[in-house]
Amino acid sequence: MNNQQNSCGCKPGKYIITAGGPVKRVSSVFTAQDRWGALKVRIDINRNNYRVTPGLYALNNPDETSPVFISANYKLSFDVLRKSLAGINGWILVLDTKGINVWCAAGKGTFGTEELIKQIKQAELADVVNHKQVIVPQLGAPGVAAHTVKAATGFSVVYGPVRAADLPAFLAAGNKADTAMRKVQFTLRDRFVLTPMEFVGAIRFMAIFFGILLAIQIIRGWNDPFSAVLFSSLISFIPYAGAFITATILFPLLLPILPGRAFALKGWILGLLWAGVYSGLYYLSAGTIEWQPLLPVILIAPALVAFITLNFTGASTYTSLSGVVKEMQYAVPAVIIAAICGAVSLILGQFVFA
Amino acid sequence: MQLTYLKNVTTLQYNEERCTGCRMCTMVCPHGVFIMENKKAQITNKDQCMECGACMKNCAWDAIQVKAGVGCAAAIIWGRIRGTEPVCGCGDDSSSGNSSSCCG
Repeated sequence: MNNQQNSCGCKPGKYIITAGGPVKRVSSVFTAQDRWGALKVRIDINRNNYRVTPGLYALNNPDETSPVFISANYKLSFDVLRKSLAGINGWILVLDTKGINVWCAAGKGTFGTEELIKQIKQAELADVVNHKQVIVPQLGAPGVAAHTVKAATGFSVVYGPVRAADLPAFLAAGNKADTAMRKVQFTLRDRFVLTPMEFVGAIRFMAIFFGILLAIQIIRGWNDPFSAVLFSSLISFIPYAGAFITATILFPLLLPILPGRAFALKGWILGLLWAGVYSGLYYLSAGTIEWQPLLPVILIAPALVAFITLNFTGASTYTSLSGVVKEMQYAVPAVIIAAICGAVSLILGQFVFA
Repeated sequence: MQLTYLKNVTTLQYNEERCTGCRMCTMVCPHGVFIMENKKAQITNKDQCMECGACMKNCAWDAIQVKAGVGCAAAIIWGRIRGTEPVCGCGDDSSSGNSSSCCG
């Protein structure tokens, strides 16, 4: 693949000559390569190295009156911006956010006042354009003090809409965003695109779980052929595989309709539902209800779902630090206790009361 | 559908006396917590606050205080382990191992 570090990765363009020096030109058009790169990022491939070189870019065919848009050097952020500005001439000033998107980088401060001041000066923006305004994405505001930027550079910060897709409407309205454009949402689609990432992120934990179940079956069936051991391990893994799918795919999709506000509580309830479904399926296939195979599932699976969904707070767009700290005070001890009780019941059921 | 997180937890504090009516807080808040009333900002929906800190950062008159941070359990856990403030790992140069989903 091409080296993302040294280019913006988008269509190789020519340079445009400005009073501030030559500026690399990019286009609003998306190539197949851009789409492929974006898809890979969504499933956690090359995610941390999907970068654009910081600095100034000319989008389409700008002149000294064209608007200046500030972006992060995460290529997905940069791409969404240039794609949203189809048919619009402008300048894109990319901050060095270490390959992190605008909102997260603003929280860390890398998309921040100092970096913005530095890039405005480095790009000699005052020579490139004849106005004194930069459009910063609203989600960059946690890192940027508009008044400080103005004092240091003379450029006033105008906060653009939350979603780049609203930029044409924002520009048409004379750089004004309406109330809806200013609000972050967490739609079904927003949550859906997160699910592959959640699932891929859980694979190592699934492997650990399977390893533990495999070890138990190996000890139990010491004299059995390995194929039989593997088969019984896979069977005993089903309820936990289901719990992982419940937590990483079903939970994001069902989030708004699950009861409660705390993510761990919502997850626990969903996990109990899955444990109930599994127990029902077990009864249908085995014809009896036994505690040995089911009690560990009822204890461990919901706790596992709750722990994963607690971590989904980080991917959500509306949870606060204080709130997450508060819910963790209850959720983390509950998960640990349930996991220990589940592990004890699993060992007792497999080795003592087998 | 308006999603709301835990009630009465936000550290957001607002001192109306310092407000000059510049409207910045109403523009930067991603959850519409501030509205304008009689040329001053007012908190309208406190439980929607996610403590991102954008309002405080962009208030040139120090009228807003909030303990800003990330509402991310993984960040809090990693912060406890490392003995730092809760910071999103995000797999950047300074940290590895925590590639939490908070950075999508």
